[in-house]
Amino acid sequence: MSGKGEFEPRIIGFLCNWCSYAGADLAGVSRIQYPPNIRIIRVMCSGRIDPAFILEAFKDGADGVLVAGCHLPSDCHYISGNFKALRRITLLKEVLKDFGIEPERLRLEWVSASEGDRFASIVRDMVKQIKRLGPSPLKSKEKNA
Amino acid sequence: MAKDKLKVAFYWAASCGGCEIAVLDINEKILDVIQIADIVFWPVAMDIKYKDVEAMPDKYVDVCFFNGGIRNPEQEHLAKILRQKSKILVAYGACAHLGGVPGLANMANKKEVFEKAYFSTFSTINAEKITPQPSVHVKEGELDIPEFYDSVRTLDQVVDVDYYVPGCPPAVERTLFAVEAIAKGELPPKGSVLAPLKSVCDECPRKKENKKITKIYRTYEKVPEPERCLLEQGIICMGPATRGGCGARCLNADMPCTGCGGPCPNSPEQGAAMISALASILGLEEEKEKYSEEDVEKLMSQIKDPIGTFYMYALAASILRRKVIK
Repeated sequence: MSGKGEFEPRIIGFLCNWCSYAGADLAGVSRIQYPPNIRIIRVMCSGRIDPAFILEAFKDGADGVLVAGCHLPSDCHYISGNFKALRRITLLKEVLKDFGIEPERLRLEWVSASEGDRFASIVRDMVKQIKRLGPSPLKSKEKNA
Repeated sequence: MAKDKLKVAFYWAASCGGCEIAVLDINEKILDVIQIADIVFWPVAMDIKYKDVEAMPDKYVDVCFFNGGIRNPEQEHLAKILRQKSKILVAYGACAHLGGVPGLANMANKKEVFEKAYFSTFSTINAEKITPQPSVHVKEGELDIPEFYDSVRTLDQVVDVDYYVPGCPPAVERTLFAVEAIAKGELPPKGSVLAPLKSVCDECPRKKENKKITKIYRTYEKVPEPERCLLEQGIICMGPATRGGCGARCLNADMPCTGCGGPCPNSPEQGAAMISALASILGLEEEKEKYSEEDVEKLMSQIKDPIGTFYMYALAASILRRKVIK
């Protein structure tokens, strides 16, 4: 997103096929307004998200990454994928902090297929938060280099 | 110098010198190597100047074993020269392959490294705040040393590399495999890592049963059972995320794998692979109803120094390559 004026964050959203993608779809068909800063990638399960996908997204210029899956403890279509995602993202946030990237840029949320308005409000909130944080530090480094 | 002998060169860049010793670890087989090869450049063992290398015709050297990462212009220059002079350039050892332990300096920059090394360690007295300068004037004239870069780079981030021999230092069988493959002319496709495709676990003799742990132990906190998988005993072992070919030699000595073999071919980001693997066995899934998100945070905070654990050798070769310092 180029051009003058306010910083518009670029957010990558990894949404699980069974709950969160359906939730985002519901937000869409219900015509709930939310900022267009998010690019959604559908995955089969939040437990399918390799930490490398998230690191790659940040390397390629994402200002934030949203991972969304089925509610804890037992909504997951594959029984425990959401729980795996929770543990991976928790650990990855520690690692991101050490890499000099604010852990708030990575967000894990649970969104069910009926929660279109919840999805929209998460995206609104996240865009606001990332705007406050400013562009990804990885991007400003590139500019300086 | 017989005409049909292979011309071999060795060079060291940002490394500890262990890889030079690893070359000699092939013991009496070195005599076989001498039968088929002439060493034309090896600073650790021979008195040859850089200008002699620069004077060699292009592609004069048949094989160059290059160990060490790149962290100053001297190393970068030699990497470029040796690339030009060599038919086959082999990144030998974890530092040339992945940045190695020196690559962990990518968690800091030049300023922070100098601050630590020349001012703030307990054993340092440096009242005049002297640090190495790229050039200094003495009464005989100007003296130059190479400038210190902010980041360590792997060899393939600087020049084109033909093959990689992993390990810190490479296991004897990896060195022999490389030498034999070169001698017979039976090399795999360019860009190959000269090691098996499977992970260290595949070579590890320990019994693997059910991987579910709730507590992490550091190596000094526990005497491990001799025959059981170390990860199952709560000791972080990089085996699942690390390419084998070493015979699991650390595991045979009751020490966990630290990851010197680099990533497995189907999971090229070693740190991420281990984050993924470790997070999936840490915690009791059967009782996940009982766990709150805070409990999970507590569980994960047992891992001290995640970067040093997951990226001990591969930080410079990882997706992010270094810490962002504003």
